[in-house]
Amino acid sequence: MKLLTGNDLASGDVIWWTGSGWSRHVADAVDVGAEGDALLASESAARRVNAAYVIDAEATTAGPLPLHIKERIRASGPTVRADLAINTEIPIVKA
Amino acid sequence: MYSYDKFDQAIVNARVEEFRDQARRRLAGELTEDQFKPLRLTNGLYLQLHAYMLRVAVPYGTLSGPQMRMLGSIARKYDKGYGHFTTRQNIQYNWIKLEDAADILADLATVEMHAIQTSGNCIRNISADQYAGVAADEITDPRPWAELLRQWSSFHPEFSYLPRKFKIAVIASTQDRAAMRLHDIGLELVERDGVVGARVFVGGGMGRTPMVAPEIRDFVTEDEIISYVEACLRVYNRYGRRDNKYKARIKILVHELGADEYRRQVEEEFAQMKALKLDPPVEELARIRAHFADPAYETGLSDTIDRSDPDFALWVDQNVAAHKQPGYSIVNISLKPVGGIPGDASADQIELMADLAERYSLNELRVTHAQNIVLPYVKTADLKALWTELDAAGLAPANLDLITDIIACPGLDYCSLANARSIPVAQKIAKRFTDSGKEKTIGELKLKISGCINACGHHHAGHIGILGVDRKGTENYQLLLGGSGAEDASLGTITGPGFDENGIVDAIEKVTDLYLAQREGDERFLDTYRRLGMAPFKEVIYG
Repeated sequence: MKLLTGNDLASGDVIWWTGSGWSRHVADAVDVGAEGDALLASESAARRVNAAYVIDAEATTAGPLPLHIKERIRASGPTVRADLAINTEIPIVKA
Repeated sequence: MYSYDKFDQAIVNARVEEFRDQARRRLAGELTEDQFKPLRLTNGLYLQLHAYMLRVAVPYGTLSGPQMRMLGSIARKYDKGYGHFTTRQNIQYNWIKLEDAADILADLATVEMHAIQTSGNCIRNISADQYAGVAADEITDPRPWAELLRQWSSFHPEFSYLPRKFKIAVIASTQDRAAMRLHDIGLELVERDGVVGARVFVGGGMGRTPMVAPEIRDFVTEDEIISYVEACLRVYNRYGRRDNKYKARIKILVHELGADEYRRQVEEEFAQMKALKLDPPVEELARIRAHFADPAYETGLSDTIDRSDPDFALWVDQNVAAHKQPGYSIVNISLKPVGGIPGDASADQIELMADLAERYSLNELRVTHAQNIVLPYVKTADLKALWTELDAAGLAPANLDLITDIIACPGLDYCSLANARSIPVAQKIAKRFTDSGKEKTIGELKLKISGCINACGHHHAGHIGILGVDRKGTENYQLLLGGSGAEDASLGTITGPGFDENGIVDAIEKVTDLYLAQREGDERFLDTYRRLGMAPFKEVIYG
């Protein structure tokens, strides 16, 4: 599956496309399929997201899980500051 | 320390208002990100993995108490309660909101600070020996030169769009505490026949093509240092590889031309420049130098230390350095607690260090390239009281220059360029060597970790270096041995195949165990490695 992600323009927070808007939680993300580039262009133009791009992910029972470790860390927050984490349940290093 | 004149302050204030308008226009949609990105980067505002990151310049690592307090205040008010001191003697905040950025710059301006030229292809923050002005072994104070270079390089119209970023370091001791020869230009102030001048090294650096800078001139008199440095940059600005980002640093130009040909071109340029008389008048250097005059040291102070508390005595032995003035000491505050994040300090800790600087260190602190803090003017008689307050705040790890005093870049936990995490590896190493009790037995060992080839964690210059790489989507760590950023500068050599996060810790234990078994006399790890060579270390790792 494909996810659209970027950073919120004003706050810089990592955000994920939910199908109708943006969420800070990757669990809310939806598969954008082949629509990623078009969404990216329209959302960037509308200033709702900064530096957006499409990533690969897999569907799991806990929701979408980015394939690359960098994106998993973006989804979870820094692994060395649990107090600042968004979601500590995301497996950073895949078994 | 240097204090802004009306021109400095006016420039910084104007820049704040300029950026405020730029940020407003970006938030209002009047600027695209492509238009805004170079503007924010010029003001130190990056977009990192989780948020915007602001890098604040700390000129040659020197801070006053009020400046340090402001850094703590910003951490509390605008960030998530902490800041990260960097290998460029700066501080970074990881969680900045674009809508707050101009207010932060305005706050910084009230204490004569800014974030100008902390990014981009320009001359970055000038770095210097953190013991400048107080070291027993320096021939002159390098800070006036660092400040003069700061003023010369700030908004220098000719060098605002260099082929690539440019870093300069200044030292004035034979002992190099600033990794001088791993800079684009390194200046070592020296004295020849009663005249002060500089040895000039050009073309050093780390990153994907590490190089130790060759000496390009063995002596340039102090009244011509600026024009000589300008000549060095002019040749680079004209011929540097703008066609290829990865070959654009001056080290590549010097390497490809050869030091002799580069030197010839610089001398030719310098000869023309001398006629233009571009060096600042001696009165200007005298004006700057006056800001760095020695403080009114008290005399007749005791150098006796009550060592009855073993923990305090351990800290004194490890973290306190000799001061040029009898009765005074240089204190190193380690930001490397076991389990902590190298270089991070909480807002409370930053503000406490500001208070301690005001009460114990004539209102001054230094940031080191090893991501620690120095209090340069502490009365030796005050050491115990100071240590007691540091210890209560978790700021008294007695590990300066030991294997747990690890330089680590933010790595993949924060940095969008990184390929692997640095901080968890640093934490595991620190825990392993503290738990085993080998930390003190090993003695001086500079361990440096980078999470990617850009080498912000100086892995090439570590006695032991670690480079994190991405191996088919998995973090992998290469081990390097034999690097040094000191006066015996050298680049580390990769041992062989890399390791996972636990494997790299095991490998380091194996090489340090070999060192302990093989060392002779007072040899440091680096000395033993240089005597034995790579082979026995490879054997013990991969055997």
